[in-house]
Amino acid sequence: MAKSIDVSDLNIYYGDFLAVEGVTIPIAAKSVTAFIGPSGCGKSSFLRSLNRMHEVIPGARVEGKIIIDGNDLYGAGTDPVAVRREIGMVFQRPNPFPTMSIYENVIAGMRLNAKRMKKSEADDAVEKSLRSANLWAEVEDRLRRPGSSLSGGQQQRLCIARAIAVEPQVLLMDEPCSALDPISTSAIEDLIHDLQHDYTIVIVTHNMQQAARVSETTAFFNLSAVGEPGRLVEYGSTTKIFSNPDNESTEAYISGRFG
Amino acid sequence: MATRTRSEHPPVRRGDRIFSATALGAGILILLILAGVAIFLLVQGVPGITAGRGSLSGRDSFWAYVGPFAFGTVYASIIALVVAVPIAVGIALFISHYAPRRVALALGYIVDLLAAVPSVVFGVWGITVLSPALVPIMQWLEDNAGFLPFFEGPTLTSGRNMFTAGLVLAVMILPIITAICREVFLQTPRLHEEAALALGATRWEMIRMTVFPYGRSGIVSASMLGLGRALGETLAVALVLSGSAIYTFNTLAAENSGTIAANIALQFPEASGTAVNVLIATGLILFVITFAVNYTARKIVDRRSEFSGAN
Repeated sequence: MAKSIDVSDLNIYYGDFLAVEGVTIPIAAKSVTAFIGPSGCGKSSFLRSLNRMHEVIPGARVEGKIIIDGNDLYGAGTDPVAVRREIGMVFQRPNPFPTMSIYENVIAGMRLNAKRMKKSEADDAVEKSLRSANLWAEVEDRLRRPGSSLSGGQQQRLCIARAIAVEPQVLLMDEPCSALDPISTSAIEDLIHDLQHDYTIVIVTHNMQQAARVSETTAFFNLSAVGEPGRLVEYGSTTKIFSNPDNESTEAYISGRFG
Repeated sequence: MATRTRSEHPPVRRGDRIFSATALGAGILILLILAGVAIFLLVQGVPGITAGRGSLSGRDSFWAYVGPFAFGTVYASIIALVVAVPIAVGIALFISHYAPRRVALALGYIVDLLAAVPSVVFGVWGITVLSPALVPIMQWLEDNAGFLPFFEGPTLTSGRNMFTAGLVLAVMILPIITAICREVFLQTPRLHEEAALALGATRWEMIRMTVFPYGRSGIVSASMLGLGRALGETLAVALVLSGSAIYTFNTLAAENSGTIAANIALQFPEASGTAVNVLIATGLILFVITFAVNYTARKIVDRRSEFSGAN
């Protein structure tokens, strides 16, 4: 079910402001791709353009092409709602629906797709998703408790369970660990490791050790000055980017000499 | 040792002290005013409760006297609420999540303006404009939905019946409910809305998944505030409705249940002696009804507070 993504010459605008310029990158199926770079370089904007979530912000628009498995993401006939059902997203801060129980949170997305679901089917799907998210053992005896009763790390894994319950093609993660402690972070990283066998994963992170630990491919974004658009500086296998990058600014960023 | 004593009582800054004293004073003042009103109603009202036939327009007991008015009060308010809440929620949702910014702003001002119209204006408008305009609709309801007890008819030709009174009340409570719902809807965390959208929810599904559950207690509170206003509304009802002391669900006919507040306003100028106490006692009943409504609302809001999103 995992699919590859081909991005060519992508520009992202907020109103008249060009936020990201000229991104061309292939993203391989069933692998983890990490986006790194300083704040404001447009990596989150770019990530959000991959499932058309940036359109939620008024005035945001995109030029260029994103092809997922042969389909143009921004084609005239493409429905953003359908796109988001195929491409799941996990956010920076855990955001389980506060008015729903753990159980309801997991099947929230499935309820949107299939209105009628047998109780047993729903139970199975909840268990499967929570197991995939390594959360089942911790919550199996309190599925009816509110999602907000969990710890931050558990909430984030609940959000991942919710995202994978609808069996998306691609999973986008926008700094999923930045609000978590090291133990929860490690739990999520293990999870990402397991999930890449089934999903194409794209992760934005500020933590370079994390990028090095979880990803196969790394893309470095940068901006030449504040107010200038962000650009993709280079991408390549994570080992190469972290040991022998082509670009000087990548080298500087990774070794912590700036940014 | 002196230093130790000082550390046990950390110094309080003057600004803090003034502020906390003011807040405390305001809180106590509210309680005193409320207690004062309650005591007045009790002292003046109790003789009314035990009053004889002479002061009760020929009724046997105070309860037989106040019953129809209490019924009429609640009935009119419920009609108003049933009509106003869906419209208010719709307008609030349009302003908060659908309308372009400029339209939303203008619409918000217009709704707020509605709240500034004095109730006597609504009453006069109800008599001169709304009731004649509603007569064809009432006629239609009587012909087509006459099997329901509410629309039994026969329709009063002037249109000045419970139907019109309920609608006037609905218009009056619309602004407050809309304004509160709008504020509550706008406060839905962006994070939750995005979570729903990222799962592939349409805008309407996103609203059902996040905005409504998050705003649920706010909608209840807003409705109860509206209900409170409708229960206590005097002038508009007194002008539109010629209420009498009967129980009826029929909203269209000439005979309608009066409301407590309108009855007090209409009877008070001519009342004397124990009749005054009787009217004050009906005011006490209104006070109790309103209190019960607010208390119930609080209970509804609290019941699922664990899931409210406030935590």
